[in-house]
Amino acid sequence: MSTGLRYKSKAGNPEEKQDHEKQYVGFATLPNQVHRKSVKKGFDFTLMVAGESGLGKSTLVNSLFLTDLYKDRKLLNAEERINQTVEIVKHTVDIEEKGVKLKLTIVDTPGFGDAVNNTECWKPITDYIDQQFEQYFRDESGLNRKNIQDNRVHCCLYFISPFGHGLRPVDVEFMKALHEKVNIVPLIAKADCLIPSEIRKLKERIREEIDKFGIKVYQFPECDSDEDEEFKQQDRELKESAPFAVIGSNTVVEAKGQRVRGRLYPWGIVEVENQAHCDFVKLRNMLIRTHMHDLKDVTCDVHYENYRAQCIQQMTSKLTQDNRIESPIPILPLPTPDTETEKLIKMKDEEVRPVSAWASLVLELESEEFLQDCPIEAVLGLPTPTSYHCGLLVSGTGCEGCGFLCQGIVAPFHPRHSCPVLGQEFLLSEGSLCLPQADPQLWPQHVPF
Amino acid sequence: MSELVPEPRQKPVVPMKPVGINANLLGYIGIDTIIEQMRKKTMKTGFDFNIMVVGQSGLGKSTLVNTLFKSQVSRKSSGWNREEKIPKTVEIKAIGHVIEEGGVKMKLTVIDTPGFGDQINNENCWEPIEKYINEQYEKFLKEEVNIARKKRIPDTRVHCCLYFISPTGHSLRPLDLEFMKHLSKVVNIIPVIAKADTMTLEEKTEFKQRVRKELEVNGIEFYPQKEFDEDLEDKTENDKIRQESMPFAVVGSDKEYQVNGKRVLGRKTPWGIIEVENLTHCEFALLRDFVIRTHLQDLKEVTHNIHYETYRAKRLNDNGGLPPMTVETEENHESNL
Repeated sequence: MSTGLRYKSKAGNPEEKQDHEKQYVGFATLPNQVHRKSVKKGFDFTLMVAGESGLGKSTLVNSLFLTDLYKDRKLLNAEERINQTVEIVKHTVDIEEKGVKLKLTIVDTPGFGDAVNNTECWKPITDYIDQQFEQYFRDESGLNRKNIQDNRVHCCLYFISPFGHGLRPVDVEFMKALHEKVNIVPLIAKADCLIPSEIRKLKERIREEIDKFGIKVYQFPECDSDEDEEFKQQDRELKESAPFAVIGSNTVVEAKGQRVRGRLYPWGIVEVENQAHCDFVKLRNMLIRTHMHDLKDVTCDVHYENYRAQCIQQMTSKLTQDNRIESPIPILPLPTPDTETEKLIKMKDEEVRPVSAWASLVLELESEEFLQDCPIEAVLGLPTPTSYHCGLLVSGTGCEGCGFLCQGIVAPFHPRHSCPVLGQEFLLSEGSLCLPQADPQLWPQHVPF
Repeated sequence: MSELVPEPRQKPVVPMKPVGINANLLGYIGIDTIIEQMRKKTMKTGFDFNIMVVGQSGLGKSTLVNTLFKSQVSRKSSGWNREEKIPKTVEIKAIGHVIEEGGVKMKLTVIDTPGFGDQINNENCWEPIEKYINEQYEKFLKEEVNIARKKRIPDTRVHCCLYFISPTGHSLRPLDLEFMKHLSKVVNIIPVIAKADTMTLEEKTEFKQRVRKELEVNGIEFYPQKEFDEDLEDKTENDKIRQESMPFAVVGSDKEYQVNGKRVLGRKTPWGIIEVENLTHCEFALLRDFVIRTHLQDLKEVTHNIHYETYRAKRLNDNGGLPPMTVETEENHESNL
């Protein structure tokens, strides 16, 4: 499998090769080298489906990936669903095609929009997405980064009911709560109940409402100018058909002597893969064949980075507000830290416990680079005195024992200082946060840990 | 979480009319196209590669690098003349070029180390080099830990270090051993026997064997390191390279001559023309294929996943587990470094 992708230079026949290789260095094979590793490792993709029950989400997912993820599903009746809350259910499937392995995770949200009172029914979903970001953030900041599991949600297919006149209030609120956390792809479900003109009107209506409410759905990236016309044409058509009107089916029916996947009605057969009947093919091509990688990139580069920046800023602002935090583990401003993450925090604490001497660090810090104006003041909008790092450094002294100077850095996790001279560990609450404290009374007190 | 591992072709769940499964219809999802998607993306963003050359002056470092990349990426020094003083410490000179081939753009940076091993007292002459390498790791770490991170952090870390061994024919010199001992832990070192046209075939094989033995005895792990072989396929391939071909005995040249009606790169001597790309003459082609055509990406990955992570872990541990974060806004990006 890999030899096909990897360029092996057969330098065995020098005479023949020399002409050919005269101007040829050979790093054009670099993309292949890159992909060889990825193909070996395999890819992963997490897809979330959200929408009311009965809109055909499971059927669509089965149709997209040609599997049956929901074999043993029990559908609840109305009575049982009265007190149901929104759950998050994950299904994982390993698919292999032409030597490429994909670990597909489908995150299902049964119960969404089903209750009588649907206020904030999207909260479990936003919490789930945030948890995945948080876990990745911790893993990324940790010491062992070799095998980070990426469970972040790469795309959310949101199903809009075709029976209304556009977006309903719950649709709008859901999308507004999630559009900055995940790539939302809105779909019109069960599109076989609408005739083409109705579909057109509904799409226009939905597009207008999305603009009106300022919802940022996933935008298809622009084509390169050097792509061929056919590709550009396809790209244009794709953008104009959003939101996609889809129909799902995994049953094969007979139509005009041909076997197609579709739905059989007395008045005709709806073919799932017929572009004139619905946008299923467009959705599948977009999701799998052309934009899968881009969806992952936008999740990593935009949504995750936003989360991370917010997280860090929240942590620093929280610690500046409460001037004296006695607790060793800073409280992270996240809604539901479950026992998993608590365990993780404890584990990381154990990992990191070995205490090392600060002396060499002190010498390093006295070099020029670090005795500059502290950037934090700029952020907090405070005046910047010169060679000012933090309460510890103001008078030119540091820790009474070893003279440790603040590094001018933020330490969100374990603000501890181990003094090799006093032989004790101190807790630096603001000391490590580089807070300007002109009043000596407010300088961080060294609290024995 | 239910885990199912189905084959890609499935029976339909509820057949409405009695029909069989048409494998062609239900066949193709299209997952393998993700490779094409990735490829397009990487072609657009381009690659960067940083290669460092270390060795005494006059061993043909710049010529070799120019020959490797078939362009003038490194300026040859004409030696120290009487007016110029030999620098007291090893200098580090990094020159960047963008070269393109087959639609693939590469930003190549050649890091030269003039002055290495040229003094009378060469103690600790590897320290500026080690410092430079660690500084690049530090730069990358700071970028990574920033609040507002750049999408593609500029990678100035040294991916590969070609160490030039003088073709004495006897064994490695103490300076060579010291350098490689210190630096094989922080960067990928590829030892290269320079000016190999001064040795006959037998002398070459003997010398290589001796060098390999010495490296092994001293516990110096050069690239490809044994411990980082990921699977059997890699291991067998790399074993072959490690035990037979390395260190590569190379000859560099940027002049062309006519041989048998073809123009080849070579060195013209009264007794014949040494063809650089001829495998029977020297191992330049092997080195080039190894570094560029098969292991370029692997060099970068080992640097990122292993050497850089080691550095990062050490930094975090030294800080007592604190990731060295700086709170910077967009405007203050360039501060503190």
